[in-house]
This record gives sequence, C-alpha cells and structure tokens, in this order.
Amino acid sequence: MAKLDSKIPEGPIEKKWENYKAHTNLVNPSNRRKIDIIIIGSGLAGGAAAATLGEAGYNVKVFYFQDSPRRAHSIAAQGGINASKNYQNDNDSDYRLFYDTVKGGDYRGREENVYRLAQLSGNIIDQCVAQGVPFAREYGGTLANRSFGGAQVSRTFYASGATGQQLLLGAYSSMNRQIKAGSVKSYNRHEMLDVVIVDGKARGIIARNLITGKIERFGAHAVVVASGGYGNVFYLSTNAMNCNVTAAWKIYKKGAFFANPCYTQIHPTCIPVSGEHQSKLTLMSESLRNDGRIWVPKHKEDVEAIREGKLKPTEIPEENRDYYLERRYPAFGNLVPRDVASRAAKERCDAGFGVNKAGYAVYLDFADAISRLGVETVKERYGNLFDMYQNITGDDPYKTPMMIYPASHYTMGGTWVDYETMTTVPGLYAIGEANFSDHGANRLGASSLMQCLCDGYFVLPATIANYLSGDIHTGSIDTSSAEFDKAANGVQELIDKIFAINGTKSVDYFHRKLGKVMWDKVGLARNEKGLKEAIEEIKEIRAAFWNDVRVPGKANQFNNELEKAIRVADFLELAELMAIDALNRKESCGAHYREESVEPDGPQKGEAKRNDKEYTYVAAWEYMGEGKEPKLHKEPLTFNAIELKQRNYK
Amino acid sequence: MDFTLKIWRQDSANAQGSMKDYKVTDISSDTSFLEMLDVLNQQLIEKGEDVIAFDNDCREGVCGMCSLYINGEAHGPKKLVTTCQLYMRSFKDGQTIYIEPFRADAFPIVKDLVVDRSAFERIQQAGGYNSFDTGSAEDANNILIDKETAAAAFDSAECIGCGACVATCKNSSAMLFVSAKVSQFALLPQGRIEATSRVLNMVKQMDEEGFGNCTNTGACEVECPKGISLENIARMNREYLAASLKG
Ligand SMILES: Cc1cc2nc3c(=O)[nH]c(=O)nc-3n(C[C@H](O)[C@H](O)[C@H](O)COP(=O)(O)OP(=O)(O)OC[C@H]3O[C@@H](n4cnc5c(N)ncnc54)[C@H](O)[C@@H]3O)c2cc1C
Ligand code: SF4
Repeated sequence: MAKLDSKIPEGPIEKKWENYKAHTNLVNPSNRRKIDIIIIGSGLAGGAAAATLGEAGYNVKVFYFQDSPRRAHSIAAQGGINASKNYQNDNDSDYRLFYDTVKGGDYRGREENVYRLAQLSGNIIDQCVAQGVPFAREYGGTLANRSFGGAQVSRTFYASGATGQQLLLGAYSSMNRQIKAGSVKSYNRHEMLDVVIVDGKARGIIARNLITGKIERFGAHAVVVASGGYGNVFYLSTNAMNCNVTAAWKIYKKGAFFANPCYTQIHPTCIPVSGEHQSKLTLMSESLRNDGRIWVPKHKEDVEAIREGKLKPTEIPEENRDYYLERRYPAFGNLVPRDVASRAAKERCDAGFGVNKAGYAVYLDFADAISRLGVETVKERYGNLFDMYQNITGDDPYKTPMMIYPASHYTMGGTWVDYETMTTVPGLYAIGEANFSDHGANRLGASSLMQCLCDGYFVLPATIANYLSGDIHTGSIDTSSAEFDKAANGVQELIDKIFAINGTKSVDYFHRKLGKVMWDKVGLARNEKGLKEAIEEIKEIRAAFWNDVRVPGKANQFNNELEKAIRVADFLELAELMAIDALNRKESCGAHYREESVEPDGPQKGEAKRNDKEYTYVAAWEYMGEGKEPKLHKEPLTFNAIELKQRNYK
Repeated sequence: MDFTLKIWRQDSANAQGSMKDYKVTDISSDTSFLEMLDVLNQQLIEKGEDVIAFDNDCREGVCGMCSLYINGEAHGPKKLVTTCQLYMRSFKDGQTIYIEPFRADAFPIVKDLVVDRSAFERIQQAGGYNSFDTGSAEDANNILIDKETAAAAFDSAECIGCGACVATCKNSSAMLFVSAKVSQFALLPQGRIEATSRVLNMVKQMDEEGFGNCTNTGACEVECPKGISLENIARMNREYLAASLKG
C-alpha cells in the first residue's frame, strides 16, 4: 500500500526549494529526447508544462477535449494573478504573500509548498511579460496592480477583465512554438479515460478520440494530470460546461489518493439563478469588490417592496441600508475572503433579506465608486464585466446596483501530491487546480492562476527529472502489453454498459438531481444529518442513473451525450466521497463550514470554529474497490514559519 | 416564446447534410440561445433521437468554442457577442430561426454544427509567439510600455479564435484573425524582434490553408464578437510590406 511521504526538503523554509534543486537528479539534454511525457490538459497548468518540458527537449504529448488548447477553462478567468513583486512599495514580500495564502486557506495547506509558490510568483510575471501578455499599465509604463480579497496590499496583475485569457494565450503561444519545433504533439478532441500502470508505475493512458470514437493507447515514461477542478459536481457552477473530474477520478481508482474533496469554494459574486433551463452561473469577478459595496436593506418592508417591484434599490436612503460586510468585518470590509463573504450573503438571505424574487440575491453597488472616481475610471476598470452583466440580466450596473449570489466556483481539494507534485503512484503527477496542495481549505482570489502557472512553468519541470533520471534506458513504452489491453478493454466495457441501459432519462436529468443534493447538503453549510442523508441520496441517484439513463447516437462518432454520461458517472462517485470527507471533518475551516462547529461566545461569536487539535491534517482518501469504504490516510500539517491562529478579518 | 428552427444536420464529415425542421415552445426570453438548444436536445433524447451536435464550453463569451451561423449572421443578430451570450429576447415570438455551422473550405464540418478549425492552429504555430525559453526573462518592469500601447495590444489580443470573421467573409478570408495576433506583437516592444519572420510565416501559412483573399469589405469587423478592428488588417499589411522589402 502506498504511504504518504510529502518529501519536504531539508533546511529553513526560504532555502528549501533552492536546496531541492541543488540536490535533485537530472536528465541530461541528449537523454531527454528518449523520454516521453503525457500531459492531460492544455490549461494554464498543462499548457505551461507542455511548453516548458518541450523547450527542455522532452517528447511531450498533450491531450485535451476542446478543439484547441486555447479553449481550456483557464481562458475564462477574469480578475487577475497575484505576485509578490512589491511594485507598489506597500511592504509586500514573499513572506507576506505566503502568510496571506496560508491564513486565507485557514491553515489547512502545506506550508512548504505555499512558500515556494510565493517565492516563484514574481518569475511568473516576468515570464508572461516576455511572452507578450498585455498586462494593464500605469501612465509611466510600469505594470499596474489592484487588490483582491484576503490581502491588504496591491499585488494583483491584470489584463482588463480577461487575465486568464491573456495568460493562457501566452502559454499557448509558447506551446505553439514547441509544436512547430516538433517537441510537443498536440491531441485535440481526445479524452483521457484511464491511466495505465505497469509494474507500479504510470506508463500511459487510454483516450477516446472524440471525433471517431476510437479508443486509442498512448505510452509514456510519466503522466501528468492537469485536468482542472470538479466544481461542476454542483451542476450549476461558474465552470465551463465540460469541466469534469474524470481524469482525476480515473487515477484515484488506480491508486492516486484524493485529498480533501470536501474543500470546495463557493464564490460570493455570481449572477443569481434566474430560470429552470439555466445551464451555468456567470461569475462577476472578485475584483469588483475593490470598488463595489455589498448591501441589503435594513428593513423587511423595503425588501418586500423591492421584491414586488414597488421600490428601487437606488431609492433606499443610506441609513436604511445594511452594508453587512463592512459592519461585521471593519478591517477588511468588502474584501474579506470568499468563504466569509459567501456565508454572510447566505446568512442575510436565509434571514429574509434577499432582494430578488426568489429571495436569493444581495446588492453589489457602484454608486459610491462612480461618484468618487467618475464613470470613465469605473468603465476602464470593469467595463467588460458591466457589459457582460447587462447583456445577461438586462440591467445597467452604471445606474442600478448589480444583484449577486454565491455559486460553486473552485475546488481546493484534488489529487494528493507531494512536494514534487507527484501523486501516490510513481511517475504520475498532478498540477494546477487538479491537485490539492496550496490553497488549504479556501483559495484567495487571483491565486489559482499563480499556482497553475507556477506548477507548469517552474515546479513540475524542475521536479520531474528527479524521477525520469531512472528511465533513460527504459526505451519507448510498449502499448500492446497486457496492462494496456486490460485498461483499453475496461474503457470499451464502460461505454458498452452505458449504451446497453437504453433507459428513459437524459444525462442532464441525473446531473441536475445530483447538483441539488450537493448544493443543499454538501454546499455552503453542512451538518451531520444532512451529510448522512446526502450519502444515501447520492447512492439512489447513482443507482437510478445506471438503470435508466439514455444516451442516443453511436459510440463510433462524435457524441457529446456519451461524453457527458461518462463524466457524470464519475461525478456520482466523487459526490459521495465529498460527503464522506465533509462528515469526517467535524470542524469548520475555510470553505468547509460545519454548522456544529462555531464560536460559542466572545468577540468571534457565531464565526466558524476550527479544531486544530484534531483536524490539522490533510485527509487523503484511498480507493479500496467498488462498493467498499474508502480508506482515510492523514498527512499531519505542521506550521513552523507561521503561527497557527484563528483567522480574524474583524 | 415559441420558435420554428431550421437546423443543419450532417452525420459526419463526408456525409450529405440537409436542413431539418424542429419546434420549441414555452421558452422564456431570459433563456440563452444555447440553453434553448439544450431544451431541444432534451426533447430529442426523450424521443430517442440523436441530439444536435454543437460546440460550446465556457458560456461566458471567451473560449471561442461556439460557432453558430444564425439567420445568416455569425453568432446571430446581436453585435459584439458570441452565440453563447445571445439571449432569446433578441428574437420575436413565433420567429423562424435558421441555424447553420460556420462555413468555409478551410473549416470542414465534423458533425451537424461542429466544424474543424485546426487551420487556425497551424497559423498560430507558424509564428504567433516570442521565441524565448521559460526562466530566461528579465524583470517585468524593465520593459516599460505606455498605457495606450498596452491597451491597444490588449484590444488586438482579445481575439477568441472563433472564426466568425472567416464564416462572414464572402471570400472566407482569415485576415482579421491573423492580423489580430500580428498586431498584438507588432505593437509591443517584446514582439518587434521577430516581427519580420512572424508576419511572413503566418501569412504564408494562412495562404496554404486555403483561406481566401481580403477585398476590404469590412464584413468581418461587423460580425466579430470581440470588436477586433479593421485597423489590425491595415497594420498587418504595412508589416507585411515592410517585411517583404527586408526579406
Ligand atoms: C469564471 C472563472 C473566473 C476565474 N477567475 C480567476 C482569477 O481571476 N484569478 C485566479 O487566480 N483564478 C481564477 N479562476 C480559477 C482558475 O481560472 C482555474 O482554477 C484555473 O484556470 C485552472 O487551470 P488548470 O490549468 O488547472 O485547468 P483548466 O484550465 O480547467 O484546464 C483543464 C484542461 O484539462 C483538459 N482535460 C480535463 N479532463 C480531461 C480528460 N479526461 N482528458 C483530456 N483532457 C482533459 C481540458 O480539456 C483542459 O485543457 C477563475 C475560475 C472561473 C471559473
Ligand atoms: S477576429 Fe473576431 S471573429 Fe475573427 S476569430 Fe478573432 S474574435 Fe473571432
């Protein structure tokens, strides 16, 4: 059985990465040509890794299900990317970024990984500027910054409201250069459906060609999973429609532990649900909280009048508004971390102060910012977000406050990895949102882009050689072995099984049902009773799926319904693990809020209460076989460079 | 709202395609165009028929997957939005809507409304990058770029690679798409170093992929969901001329 060794290097925290690099095994340039690396995913993490490993001279094969690598979900990130450059001279430093990230994650991340992330953050910006990423600039020509939730400094770099797009196009351009050079081979419209393990090592994958339906085999000396997050388990989320857990789930079933699945982030500022056919929720970037003020009416009469359309929010005078974040958290105000802001919105709406018809929305108001800065400045900062809002809702945010509500957005949980980003399976790596390591129980805004690029450009390329140095004499991997046969047959059987059901309900029907259970019982607030019910309900939906799902069309052609069925089948299994993990963690930490665990009294009364004595660990789950209980492994977390204390944003 | 839909159905690249009629009823005006197609597909599944294949992913107007030609316009009647950002309130109750794929010789049909845009990939691979290796960059603030220039480069870089420009152009020209990338780099000091080879290589690849010539009708700019301006084409022409004289 695999055991948890996080392989933290020796030395003081600020020297660990340097020490690691000084002592790690290398593969010399002429040998790199003999080594094949498979990367699942062309987002910021996968794209950056593919480009960099290609530059280093390895043979890289990159797989993704969209038609172009530029369409990975990273493209949709809006707000920005953090780095401890201290260009604003506001006392920022590697330590401060490290501190904010560990604290924002509610002390449930791995300290050493986070420190490295902060140390490398500045290099990412250098890299992107050299690529030609058109970041926003000041009049003097230097790079501009804005501030984001959970920080008191301005360290977020941005390109209007399309930062993810520009960063991804940067990684894409570097990758294209390697595709042209022949070191990276790109497989579009290919979905990885299993990893192949030979003699205990990851040696390749089975993928379905989404155009022909063919089940194809690919061998490699190492496999890197950069497949993104699993926020779509909630059905409605801010994630792209096709984001899914399949790659991470398939490797879980082949021995890679899955860590902290219950840590899922609900983003406070999304456009509220409006209708039953809604397919996704649109994020309004967190950067808006820099200048927007969040409020609900103080009085129920005003709420009623607003819901009935008799009163406009702009008609409510200042003294009758409850700027509840500023009231409860004066030090951070509207810039408290996401989990705090989301729960506060839910609290107000549950108490009956929600401002849309359904009662699940709060205001995000720019009137003050517009009078302070002028329309032009506000337009310059947020113009495309305002346009997007107006296009979707029909309301003009320059004239009336936006309505927002929390939605599933990001998953801190993911495949367990060590300091080298290797999973519990030798030769199998996980990077980007797909792994668990850096954000603890809650991710700060603008930190995912940083982590994805850090993993892809700097961490993985420096750590993978340590493993691959053992493979320079291996030769190319034979894909006709019994292990490949078995994995390929398994995928074929799965597809045959799905078509054989020929039931009466669509895949979406089951996904929507699952999403409702997850949102109600494994969402913003969780309790023992609800979680136990959720586990039973998930099992029922899963059984119904395998009994009654209908997938039209054929296996040997382009078939989006089949793709969805395979993904939802995996969500139906992951969902149960999320509930099991949430049930196990009888504390509130970060985004994981157990109603049973709140501060009973004192100045923090009612705020989430951590239980450091019993839960300062990473919960890494091992798959034990179908129908069996997963096994819990604990990686204890120790904090040496930072004092463990309760988060206080008051 | 109720709609009659006439949708292009084609089983595979080599199969014969044709327009087929469908009806959807009781659609709220707040439903997005793609959600309306979702509703239709759910009905088809219930009837045991094969769903209509169409590309989509982010549904936020930025991934560039969605590619529908609606009532004779790429991305439909509303300006400056992608198909996924089009809402049914842009249509009249009872209207007949024609839905076709983005058509061009360089974009073969995969199935129904899904097309193959890999020609765009090969153009980007021909020169859409700066040549330097990870880790060798200098401090970011060593390169000063004035605010306006950075903003102009951003405007060009906003292209989402959807192909609406090609589908709209009567010659199926890819000039707007290619010039957006050439311009982004031409405007930035980091991009000047390889400006000559970049424009020559990208244009050469564009020609090899079978895209048509640009005859300056400006139709592409009108339908581009990101408002990529014709100035990019003018800039690329200047860059190309300068590069040809040098080269
Ligand atoms: C709307 C929105 C806005 C955001 N804004 C910000 C922000 O401002 N700042 C910030 O820091 N973070 C932001 N985030 C979070 C951030 O964008 C993501 O966490 C990050 O981009 C994830 O990148 P990734 O490379 O890990 O995965 P993705 O970009 O999700 O890429 C996953 C890749 O894996 C491929 N893939 C997945 N499964 C398979 C499979 N089985 N077979 C083959 N290929 C597969 C996909 O095709 C894709 O190429 C935002 C997220 C959302 C949803
Ligand atoms: S130029 Fe406009 S229409 Fe053409 S691919 Fe880019 S975004 Fe699409």
